[in-house]
Amino acid sequence: MANRINREQVQHVAGLAKLEFTDAELDAFTPQLDDIIGMFESLSEVDTDGVDVTSNVSDQLNVMREDVADNWGQSSALLHNAPDAARGFIKVPAIIDESEDND
Amino acid sequence: MNYFDKDLAGLHADLVAKKISAKELTQATFDNIKATDPQIDAFLNLNEEAALNQAAEIDQQGINADQPLAGIPVGLKDNIVTKGLTTTAASKILENFKPVYDATVTEKLANAQMITVGKTNLDEFAMGGSTENSAFKTTKNAWDQTKVPGGSSGGSAAAVASGQVPVALGSDTGGSIRQPAAFNGIVGIKPTYGRVSRWGLIAFGSSLDQIGPMTRSVKDNATILSAIAGHDDHDLTSSTQAVPDFAADLNDATSVKGMRIGLPKEFLAEGVNPDVKAAILAAADTYRKLGATVDEVSLPHNKYGVAAYYIIASSEASSNLQRFDGIRYGYRAKDVKNLEDVYVKSRSEGFGEEVKRRIMLGTFSLSAGFYDAYFLKAAKVRTVIINDFKAVLKDHDFIMGPVAPTPAFGIGDEIKDPITMYMNDVLTIPVNLAGLPGLSLPAGFSNNLPVGMQLIGRPFDESTLYKAGYAFEQNTDFHLQVPTLGGQN
Amino acid sequence: MNFETTIGLEVHIELKTNSKIFSPSPVAYGADPNANTNVIDWGYPGVLPTTNKGVVADGIIAALALHATVEQHTHFDRKNYFYPDNPKAYQITQSDKPIGHDGWVEVDVDGVKKKIGIAEMHIEEDAGKNTHERDYSYVDLNRQGTPLIEIVSKPDIASPAEAYAYLEALRQRIQFTGISDVKMEEGSMRVDVNISVRPVGQKKFGTKTELKNLNSFNYVQRGLEYEEKRQQQVLMSGGSVQQETRRFDEKTGETILMRVKAGSDDYRYFPEPDLPSLNISDDWIKELGDAMPEMPGKRRERYVNELGLTDYDAMVITQTKEMSDFFDATVALKADPKMAANYLQGDVNAYLNEKQVDLQATKLTPANLAGMINLISDGTISSKMAKKVFKAITNGEEPKAYVEAHGLVQLSDPAKLQPIIDDVLSANPQSIEDFNNGKKRAVGYLVGQIMKQTHGQANPQVVNKLLMAALQQ
Repeated sequence: MANRINREQVQHVAGLAKLEFTDAELDAFTPQLDDIIGMFESLSEVDTDGVDVTSNVSDQLNVMREDVADNWGQSSALLHNAPDAARGFIKVPAIIDESEDND
Repeated sequence: MNYFDKDLAGLHADLVAKKISAKELTQATFDNIKATDPQIDAFLNLNEEAALNQAAEIDQQGINADQPLAGIPVGLKDNIVTKGLTTTAASKILENFKPVYDATVTEKLANAQMITVGKTNLDEFAMGGSTENSAFKTTKNAWDQTKVPGGSSGGSAAAVASGQVPVALGSDTGGSIRQPAAFNGIVGIKPTYGRVSRWGLIAFGSSLDQIGPMTRSVKDNATILSAIAGHDDHDLTSSTQAVPDFAADLNDATSVKGMRIGLPKEFLAEGVNPDVKAAILAAADTYRKLGATVDEVSLPHNKYGVAAYYIIASSEASSNLQRFDGIRYGYRAKDVKNLEDVYVKSRSEGFGEEVKRRIMLGTFSLSAGFYDAYFLKAAKVRTVIINDFKAVLKDHDFIMGPVAPTPAFGIGDEIKDPITMYMNDVLTIPVNLAGLPGLSLPAGFSNNLPVGMQLIGRPFDESTLYKAGYAFEQNTDFHLQVPTLGGQN
Repeated sequence: MNFETTIGLEVHIELKTNSKIFSPSPVAYGADPNANTNVIDWGYPGVLPTTNKGVVADGIIAALALHATVEQHTHFDRKNYFYPDNPKAYQITQSDKPIGHDGWVEVDVDGVKKKIGIAEMHIEEDAGKNTHERDYSYVDLNRQGTPLIEIVSKPDIASPAEAYAYLEALRQRIQFTGISDVKMEEGSMRVDVNISVRPVGQKKFGTKTELKNLNSFNYVQRGLEYEEKRQQQVLMSGGSVQQETRRFDEKTGETILMRVKAGSDDYRYFPEPDLPSLNISDDWIKELGDAMPEMPGKRRERYVNELGLTDYDAMVITQTKEMSDFFDATVALKADPKMAANYLQGDVNAYLNEKQVDLQATKLTPANLAGMINLISDGTISSKMAKKVFKAITNGEEPKAYVEAHGLVQLSDPAKLQPIIDDVLSANPQSIEDFNNGKKRAVGYLVGQIMKQTHGQANPQVVNKLLMAALQQ
């Protein structure tokens, strides 16, 4: 195994993605991901000096919506689909760590 | 009732002439699906009551000659949302999920009065090439039930190929319409990126995804694409280009005369099954006989497509699939102690193995310290691949080649080996990276399994692909072959 | 040891648009939970964002107002993180090509003028709101998708007082563009603060701490002052500052450790594939720039140089665009500028404070204020009478009509005043004698008597003139 990604890194990435794996799954996953990332590294053979990034292949540019409000009236249907809701709110187990991302 | 003998125009003529009512046609469709689906497993769920009611209503209004699709059944891949009709993307995380709105394509089909009979199986979130990644069932190839139907739109392909429906919609992120179409001997198109609205398509790789029709013939395919294409205010990436009546031009079986066709040498390189190669070379001869020139051309960076694609698609997917968090809809794990549990357990229990693998690959490719080497590099290689296509298509009307290196493989044969699985997409992936239209149509057989041919065109030039596909179809009989299924044929 | 301080401010400003930045749901406050939400705001499977043109326009306006360069080739990016009020688990923001960069505002701290740089500003979507009760949190997505501009300062701010001045300058300029209410108390302006200190001469910045719960400019300054001292003390006692987030306690004025930051967050930014890039044209920028109201600095210059106000008056009048516009309109109706400024700073501000309302929510109009001031200037009413008239114009009454209806007209006609003065003089010979003996106070007494006789309607200036003439005969 080439060790492009190790078990700790796999666990770190899983944490970012909010996934968890058993030890057995990690055993299987780690070398597999390592192989695939090895395949990714073939890209280093391509000379991309001065090449622009393509992040979208749409032919559209500058398309925007006029600032007109429209309430689609979906609120109650959406709340109906929530796994847990109360008094019009979506209900979740308490947020303990008040994240700074709350902005 | 199967759909082996009549195309859309024929069905329409029968409906207008009242040889059959929409309700009878719909009922017969359900009867046939119920009879055949135990062998094929194409459908995840049926829309029987609503469909029959809709058909009865259409009958009451009557079908006119200017409603070419009214009363005709259609199947939708289950990653296309349908208001009130369970939509799962073949994932446990959306089991029993009932959307509260319709996809634009769903709405367009409904406006054309087509009848949605049910939702077809797929690889979970369209990630895979065999439908073996469905959380619910594996669809079988219409020609051989020990073989995969391809994927991810395997349910749609098998449903059309086995005569359950005349039309189904699929979605294609890296070959997910074209490869199952090829494996099942039907016609499928991945339209130009932006041709069809993605509003209501459960996103996999947002910069790659396109919805497209899967049909028994090129003309039927062209008819449906015209019905679902066009700019949509809900999808800012959808093109404002005018949508032609693609089928209207399909009456000349020799229209390829004078066209220049490129056949990339990389498309017939090592790893391509000899029968597949032979079928494509024979197809090239057919085109030459029809007065086209076929040149060997080169797409030198084609082989890097797979790596670039699996970085870009997985990165986008890792972000797109974060919304499945157990908070607002879909599966929430039981026995959760805190918020972190809701996230981690809902996602870990709700997603299947391949989806998790892609989320991991994407998250890794975007993560601090790796973004430049992986995501950014892939996005630059994407530009290089686009330039390869531009160079060839500058002086060629379209490119031809195989769809997949091999015909359908056996169920269970490759599912344990992700890299081999990924490599199967080597001929379809670059087309998504470049946003070009790609048409897949029957071009031969290998051990009684269909072999498909792929035609790749300039942006928004589906017309040329359809013309070339139609010409090929009119001069061959591959599309007329039908599978033997449970002795019904 | 001498220290220097570096302060960074990230300011979020909520824009006053009709609809959200990426969904047509209304931007409105006080609605029932989740009432203003749709499938896009909930991050439903299959939905796509659509960019609100009004928000992009506001971004350009903000850039122009803050002397920033508008990025003409811009796009949106995704910032990935899980949180219950963040439905897609990514925020659509701008990371790579923010809509504006390299701007500045000028501040004046104790008479010293300084330009403070703005590194960049970008447009993005706000999150929903979580409220906490016992073992559960409750999510309301009404705020999800509300458009924000985030403005990031350059490390130019060297003191808590400068931070205050910077925020005030920012608030004022944005307020004048009309794109936001910029009110911290209502959450339409939010401030994230970081601060570090280092010994003078050290090249590397010190370790910074972040401060939370700073809900007014005053708290920002007080929190920073406390934190500046705290960090200096830590360093002087040989310790080192931890990278941490601290909470400002409004009661004690101290900052309290919330949590130590372990490494940096990994938001996995990448270009938003669902939204095509934006190419902002020169024409659009020009159009928006041409339509922009005169900024407070320009107005202050004009008030001082052309209208003769003091620097202080000009500063107070330009606190808000509404006040400044009101002033301009009042002066345009020929009201004396100095008097108009005095009334706005004095009676008008007192009235707004008492009623806790904004100027535009009152019945006061420039026409009525100008009318009242002109009645004072032409001697029709006294400034004392004006107190009553002011009350009337706060109720929307027309000053001239009010004055006439209530007989408030000042008695200025000498022919009518002279007999009254004569009467008062003949009734008070003692006062005349006192005056002749040099007791100037006697004049005040006599004026008082005349005012009494006229029920306060006599024009004091005219009375004074006539009285003096009579006494000196």
